[in-house]
Amino acid sequence: MSGKGMNLTLKIWRQKNAQSKGKMETYNVSGISEHMSFLEMLDVLNEQLINEGTEPVAFDHDCREGICGMCSLYINGEAHGPDRGVTTCQLHMRMFNDGDTIYIEPFRAKAFPVVKDLVVDRSAFDRIQHAGGFVSINTSGNTQDANAIPIPKADADKAFDAATCIGCGACVASCKNASAMLYVSAKVSQFALLPQGKIEAKERVLNMVEQMDEEGFGNCTNTGACEVECPKGISLENIARMNREYLSASITKES
Amino acid sequence: MSVLDAKIPEGPIKDKWTNHKNNINVVNPANKRLIDVIVVGTGLAGGSASASLAEMGYSVKSFCFQDSPRRAHSIAAQGGINAAKNYQNDGDSVYRLFYDTVKGGDYRGREANVYRLAEVSANIIDQCVAQGVPFAREYGGLLDNRSFGGVLVSRTFYAKGQTGQQLLLGAYSAMNRQIGKGKIKMYHRHEMLDLVIVDGKARGIIARNLITGEIERHSAHAVVIASGGYGNVFFLSTNAMGSNGTAAWKIHKKGAFFANPCYTQIHPTCIPRSGDYQSKLTLMSESLRNDGRIWVPKNMEDVEAIRSGKLKPTQIAEENRDYYLERRYPAFGNLVPRDVASRAAKERCDAGYGVNQTGEAVYLDFSSAIQRYGKEAALVQGEKNASAERITELGEEVIKSKYGNLFQMYEKIVDDNPYKTPMMIYPAVHYTMGGIWVDYNLMTTIPGCYAAGEANFSDHGANRLGASALMQGLADGYFVLPYTIGDYLADEIRTGPIATDSPEFDQAEKDVNDLIDKLMGIQGTKSVDYFHKELGKVMWNNVGMSRNAAGLTEAQEKIRKIREEFWKGVRIPGDRNELNPELEKAIRVADFLELGELFAKDALDRNESCGGHFREESVEESGEQKGEAKRDDVNYKYVAAWEWTGDPGQAKLHKEELEFNDIELKQRSYK
Ligand SMILES: Cc1cc2nc3c(=O)[nH]c(=O)nc-3n(C[C@H](O)[C@H](O)[C@H](O)COP(=O)(O)OP(=O)(O)OC[C@H]3O[C@@H](n4cnc5c(N)ncnc54)[C@H](O)[C@@H]3O)c2cc1C
Ligand code: SF4
Ligand code: FES
Repeated sequence: MSGKGMNLTLKIWRQKNAQSKGKMETYNVSGISEHMSFLEMLDVLNEQLINEGTEPVAFDHDCREGICGMCSLYINGEAHGPDRGVTTCQLHMRMFNDGDTIYIEPFRAKAFPVVKDLVVDRSAFDRIQHAGGFVSINTSGNTQDANAIPIPKADADKAFDAATCIGCGACVASCKNASAMLYVSAKVSQFALLPQGKIEAKERVLNMVEQMDEEGFGNCTNTGACEVECPKGISLENIARMNREYLSASITKES
Repeated sequence: MSVLDAKIPEGPIKDKWTNHKNNINVVNPANKRLIDVIVVGTGLAGGSASASLAEMGYSVKSFCFQDSPRRAHSIAAQGGINAAKNYQNDGDSVYRLFYDTVKGGDYRGREANVYRLAEVSANIIDQCVAQGVPFAREYGGLLDNRSFGGVLVSRTFYAKGQTGQQLLLGAYSAMNRQIGKGKIKMYHRHEMLDLVIVDGKARGIIARNLITGEIERHSAHAVVIASGGYGNVFFLSTNAMGSNGTAAWKIHKKGAFFANPCYTQIHPTCIPRSGDYQSKLTLMSESLRNDGRIWVPKNMEDVEAIRSGKLKPTQIAEENRDYYLERRYPAFGNLVPRDVASRAAKERCDAGYGVNQTGEAVYLDFSSAIQRYGKEAALVQGEKNASAERITELGEEVIKSKYGNLFQMYEKIVDDNPYKTPMMIYPAVHYTMGGIWVDYNLMTTIPGCYAAGEANFSDHGANRLGASALMQGLADGYFVLPYTIGDYLADEIRTGPIATDSPEFDQAEKDVNDLIDKLMGIQGTKSVDYFHKELGKVMWNNVGMSRNAAGLTEAQEKIRKIREEFWKGVRIPGDRNELNPELEKAIRVADFLELGELFAKDALDRNESCGGHFREESVEESGEQKGEAKRDDVNYKYVAAWEWTGDPGQAKLHKEELEFNDIELKQRSYK
């Protein structure tokens, strides 16, 4: 692609605030370069709306390089859009064609109420972490030497892979039950795989799962849609590990 | 005598911190509960400070503008964190880390602070591992290290290209534990818009709830600003879109001196810009220079053939490539510090050797490393007769395990496979060494107001070494501030809760409301981004990698003009009592438009080249160092701390003379 760039029709969810009802609105943009990121394309639209004297579309974003987990967006029926292994901010317009109509909606889930337009409230995710997403160790620095406990590289690597979850919520948005199992299992797994995390493993999994249920996330029925849409490739293995952890913790809980 | 007192403790440098900790006041645990501390920012500095202070017993209120503390910009840090552990047995020590950092900063940092930083660095790694931070490990199960620029040892701990993410999630988890216990009250999607001073002491903040637009009053016995850097004054930088200077600038306008605003780091390895629509620039971690070799073609015909698409970089023979860093700096090669590497790239591109359409790109090439690792892996796996393809395959796997996410990021943005063709890179604004002036205790010139992390100025002098910002953020938050703040708060145990209905709070809230009304009332014709981009252009062209008196003088005039136009012509749609991203941006850009002017003024005032600040008037004229930056220790061996006087162009300069007792001042050579 070169020269004039693409002309696109955008169907975007507009909603004034949490209380009001929203609806899809239609906009046109032109001259979109294939090298633009998806959010840069929305910047072009917003600049246009501001110049016309109307309100720009609100959407969440910050790092614009796939790591902060702030951007969301449900694009053409997929969380983070058609590309795999990327967040919305990493999605590039070369994935689209001149003349396309693109549907842009917020992440939808009961536990993620819409704040405005495409912005949703994901604070339920934080509350799950408050319930157990930590190792109870003080920040004194007077712990033992970092190399005192060797950790098998394979375990360390798996813990790392689980820990790369960015907390974006695409797993929830992609799941027909709006389950948060992939997200919660990523944290539970990270700690379960490390000697430092094992000590509180039981309380952790019980408390985090309890909070997850309280927040109104749905049940997991193993459809695997979450893994497909997860921009960080968080594996379903983590859910299996969490289920094992949960089961053994429930059995030995109070006896 | 300067009005600035750095409060550096007496005694030999290696005993200063220990003695200081032994001598400062502490608050008894029962009293800590009665003391409130506000922490603005939840990055490595603010997150670690909030967790530690809450754990010690203080009642903490933390603020961030993102929807979760976990999304602070520290999350984006890629390459690693330094610590003087000497696990590699390559001669590292606290002294060597201290020395490298002072030298790397071109002798414009404060010795005592830097020594303390090096001293506590090892504890950071212990702490993080105990928290469950999954650093990279070797096959024996012990921690792995890599090298960063400007040093000759391997002391950088990392978690692939996501070190900042893992460290921040560690601090976030420590915060979560305290939030769960009710010891931290977290205010996300809140933006601090002013500091409240009562009887000369910092006593609270005014914040805007970004969802409802409500203006809130929050009081405390001390306020910590850990709001990050101001690199976005250039519009395009590697910082997150929301990173801004407002918190720092607001306290500056309330009396905190702003130090060395012109010290900016331009990072050598970022993805080159591709068009006018560009909203930000993406870093390719310095860790890549461990394995990547930087070059441009030797011959102009090759450059032209590449630009017109007739030749691929892989087709250029070894002898026709100019590995200019290896050529100019044989001792450090591709691992020279960032300022040196950036200027060298600019020099080649200015001479016409840039390898993309805009002429602003050089190659970062992994082919040698892929071959080297591939051969090693083949031997280790017992494949003695591995084919060339097999070696390449094995080598690419090793590279992937080290930098996989960075390579993926590159491929997604540029649409080119960096395992097969060299990456194209160019320098971009990345970090601000300047910031709020603080004393040894991290207190600003406002009693009770502290600054930590990138928001303060103290440790990196005129150029920060790679992997040192994460170290400083966590050192400040976990290990320094929790002690030093106690010295001040020990006098506050009888103060009681701070009321928010005082005239000082009334006034501060009114000022914020007036500011917002004024902005909303302009209803001009141009977007906030328009003005931000205009400012960015002036900053990059006149106050960027190379600066001179005429350009800096012109920059100040131009910025003043853009500022005037902004206040007449900006258009902010929507309402102030709702989520309004344009209003958020406008408030930040209004501050950048003042900060930018002070930045240029400081750069003009410092008529020497040091670190990232390169003045064309101050260059070595002859000898081995010909063309390199020329520092002027006779006239500029000071911290420039600026006092607000009502107009950034009229800021008043205060000097903190720097003393070097433990390191000899030398010309910084990486040859
Ligand atoms: C792409 C990239 C890669 C990097 N890689 C490395 C690396 O490998 N190694 C290294 O050492 N350094 C690296 N750095 C530098 C390092 O990441 C930063 O200097 C450091 O993380 C800054 O931490 P901080 O806590 O000071 O601020 P930040 O992490 O920027 O946090 C700022 C916080 O303040 C809050 N805030 C700001 N203003 C307000 C306000 N007005 N009201 C309320 N809240 C506010 C924000 O919400 C946020 O929580 C990198 C930087 C970038 C940009
Ligand atoms: S598991 Fe994947 S999709 Fe879910 S929050 Fe984490 S990164 Fe996002
Ligand atoms: S904006 Fe940070 S992940 Fe997309």
